[in-house]
Amino acid sequence: MQEIGIKDIEELFSDIPEKFCLKRKLNVPEKGLSEFEVKKHVEALLSKSETCNDMPVFLGAGCWPHYVPAVVKEIVQRSEFLTSYTPYQPETSQGMLQALFEYQSMICEITGMDVANCSMYDWASALGEAARMAARVKGRHEILIPKIISPERAAVLKVYAEPAGISVRQVEFDVEKGQINLEGLRNAVSDKTAAVYIENPSYLGFIETQVDEIGKEAHGHGALFIVGADPTSLGILKPPGDYEADIVIGEAQPLGNSMNFGGPLLGIFACREDMTLIRQMPGRIIGMTKTQDGTKNGFCMALQTREQHIRREKATSNICSNEALCGVASAVYMALLGPEGLRELGETVMYNANYTMHLLSKIDGVKAPLFKSAHFKEFTVSFDETGLSVNDVNQKLLGRRIHGGKDVSREFSEIGQTALYCVTEMHSRGEIESLAAAMEDVLAGR
Amino acid sequence: MSWLEGEKMFKQASWNEPVILSQGRKGRRGHLLPKADEQVRQAVGDINALIADRMRRKTRPKLPELSEVEVVRHFIRLSQMNYGVDSGFYPLGSCTMKYNPKINESLATLQSFSMLHPYQDESTVQGILEILYKLERWLAELTGTHEVCLQPAAGAHGEFLGTLLMRAYHQLNGESEKRKEVIVPDSAHGTNPASAAMAGFNVVVVQSNEDGCVDLEALKAAVSERTAGLMLTNPNTLGLFEKNIEEVARIIHEEGGLLYYDGANLNPLLGKARPGDMGFDIVHINIHKTFSTPHGGGGPGAGPVGVREELEKFLPVPRVAFDGKLYHLDYDKPQSIGKIRSFYGNTAVLLRAYAYILSLGLEGLKEVAEVSVLNANYLMKKLKGIKGLALPYNSEKPRKHECVFSAKPLRNDTGVTALNVAKRLLDYGLHSPTIYFPLIVEEALMIEPTETFEKEELDRFVDAMQKICEEAYTNPEAVLKAPQNTSIPRLDEVRASHPRTMALSWRMYLKKQEQRQ
Repeated sequence: MQEIGIKDIEELFSDIPEKFCLKRKLNVPEKGLSEFEVKKHVEALLSKSETCNDMPVFLGAGCWPHYVPAVVKEIVQRSEFLTSYTPYQPETSQGMLQALFEYQSMICEITGMDVANCSMYDWASALGEAARMAARVKGRHEILIPKIISPERAAVLKVYAEPAGISVRQVEFDVEKGQINLEGLRNAVSDKTAAVYIENPSYLGFIETQVDEIGKEAHGHGALFIVGADPTSLGILKPPGDYEADIVIGEAQPLGNSMNFGGPLLGIFACREDMTLIRQMPGRIIGMTKTQDGTKNGFCMALQTREQHIRREKATSNICSNEALCGVASAVYMALLGPEGLRELGETVMYNANYTMHLLSKIDGVKAPLFKSAHFKEFTVSFDETGLSVNDVNQKLLGRRIHGGKDVSREFSEIGQTALYCVTEMHSRGEIESLAAAMEDVLAGR
Repeated sequence: MSWLEGEKMFKQASWNEPVILSQGRKGRRGHLLPKADEQVRQAVGDINALIADRMRRKTRPKLPELSEVEVVRHFIRLSQMNYGVDSGFYPLGSCTMKYNPKINESLATLQSFSMLHPYQDESTVQGILEILYKLERWLAELTGTHEVCLQPAAGAHGEFLGTLLMRAYHQLNGESEKRKEVIVPDSAHGTNPASAAMAGFNVVVVQSNEDGCVDLEALKAAVSERTAGLMLTNPNTLGLFEKNIEEVARIIHEEGGLLYYDGANLNPLLGKARPGDMGFDIVHINIHKTFSTPHGGGGPGAGPVGVREELEKFLPVPRVAFDGKLYHLDYDKPQSIGKIRSFYGNTAVLLRAYAYILSLGLEGLKEVAEVSVLNANYLMKKLKGIKGLALPYNSEKPRKHECVFSAKPLRNDTGVTALNVAKRLLDYGLHSPTIYFPLIVEEALMIEPTETFEKEELDRFVDAMQKICEEAYTNPEAVLKAPQNTSIPRLDEVRASHPRTMALSWRMYLKKQEQRQ
């Protein structure tokens, strides 16, 4: 204060009009706590919760329990990564830039795409951005989506699409198999369609097999084909790049990121190598380049002229801060697993989920799954013939310290009292069997 | 100043670490996940038979095959080629690169939090709901707003929500067809016009006056019945408090518009003044700036939005509610705009902010504001005398959290630009300020020291700036060829974005290599 010639700190705030200077106390704790007290306080609050460690939880639907290896946790807590800003000065940020380039590169390998950005907020906002990108690329204002879609994603899509004048139309599904109704798609798609969007595996867990036909319909009408994928399935399922997807989106939280009560998540956004697509992509993209003297390879942000800090209101998106560190976590995870690990992950998940279906479907009145299709990690369980609601069953299971699947009965009127169950590599055979036993008891009124 | 010279100078690690996709050997594995139980396999049968042939993956993804320790070494080496707040001074203007307390990291990584699924039964997640509810209340108090929504994942996401709320408000009043314009000052962050455009508005830019504040006459001329609202940063990007804020609010409100507060620069007002009291209707908060959560090299952050009472009904669902006994997630909000992302927000980031407020209390937060302003003014005072630097816009007025210098005299005299100065700072082991922003200052160096750097660190920065400006006059080559002490010298950024040389993934790079041969 001496150096700048003031006696009272308030002198530096003298330009704030008197009436706006806060004089009274606020409803915020007045005094700070010591580190130990803060720790005790937060731990005590959180101990009121019961987590997936305390009981088997069979929830997925947009956020999934997968094991996060110790190495991943260690690397993302490295404070050189953790406490750095967006790499505006590439020479001093090569580590983060290279890690993100590697994330992008590995996302490309598993999805079969050529270009990926370094993250979106989550799958849902990635879908919103993909719809807007398709509209810009095609100069058309309609996007077709399957009727079976996460209501969260559908809601976010609507909010992103509407201000851009994009209308969203839903395509019916085959009631028996859950798959997209191709006839319905053929009727809906036209030269007004900017993009056809599907999810694979779908929100309700089944594998959509008519991908070639759907892609053909989209491309036949000059529309883009957008695929939303669960990356944990891509060790065993055909990558969307192999069925002519133009844009691939999805959720990479399962690749090395904890659930954290639903955030942060990690939106995947990738596309084919096509300059008309690449120039319209949202978000940060890291590129490999050379030093000015041409001697070494290095990394920097590429194509920044798409972005808000340069293009302002003409930017492809307003996104600035993203989920970079989650991308680093996913890069570490994919590098640890390698191609074999990713395949094994897919297999284990699918075995466990199918074993659960196998056990549950033996219970009287229970249908698991509802749809006659192959299921990957999630599946529907219908209680229609038991006379009980999903909520009844779930409350009773909870009483036995098992958390049942998500109640989706209000989301789709066609499917009745149905829950969406999720089983991953973290569910042991013992836990799966205890779920089946408990459900049998509950339904038998025991 | 010996640390600025010779062998005592900073040197960043330079590993020449190959891209991970080019490393490894077939068959190596870095991690083993649990495998399906033998009994499970038998009961299910061959998994491949379940997947239709046309949907089976036939070729392995070209991920690297590495041992665990190879993966660890690779990423540790990369981390050593990165500079964070924990490494040193990081005066990026408008980015508020303050220290990120370690206790918050250990709390956010507790399994009693990280293993919570967002759809768990409310009875099993009361603790985290209580934290979110209280955080909403505290943020509302600190910003002078009625209700706060925690959903936005970043500041720009909060801006998008804010402009959507403007839209919903005017829609309800039957004026959305008419009110198509959002006004932003020429000193605004790039996200402001981009967010307004995303929400379907046309952007009208108003000039700043010679004081660097909103020009009231220009504003009056820009405002009309087409105005949906004004997006304003206060203190603005020059670090100046908009002294006419009351008049600005009156002009906007009288025309039926809404006033939006960009919270990037909230830090110097904590506990001192509140945007809500100044007439702002919608306020976003950058948790990763003001509330000390780490930036993670670009994210995740969080950008909660506070609103005055009349706008609460439009906020995204679910809202965290408390009935006096239990906490709930309330989806029953018929006028809500819907959702802007999945679930409830970047809760792991929000939990850290909760711990930060708890650690400091209102008294501590007020001190944060005061020291951040003191530091910025100290730097301004010290840098003012340096030959080559000018302080545009009202050089006698105190700044708030940041100050913006212009290296225009330096450029004119020596050819050394703000970019060159920034690169040379890297050589001295300091991060550069934000450069070429705000756009209304030529050769801008936008400096925000925050409250978490000691006087000695500020002095080091001043010494370095002094030295660089001297170098520019005596030995410009040293500055022009900077940086030399970082992991890598200057990069060819044009090459990175040119269609012929662009390599946005490893496979794209390999493809281009092949084509060249």
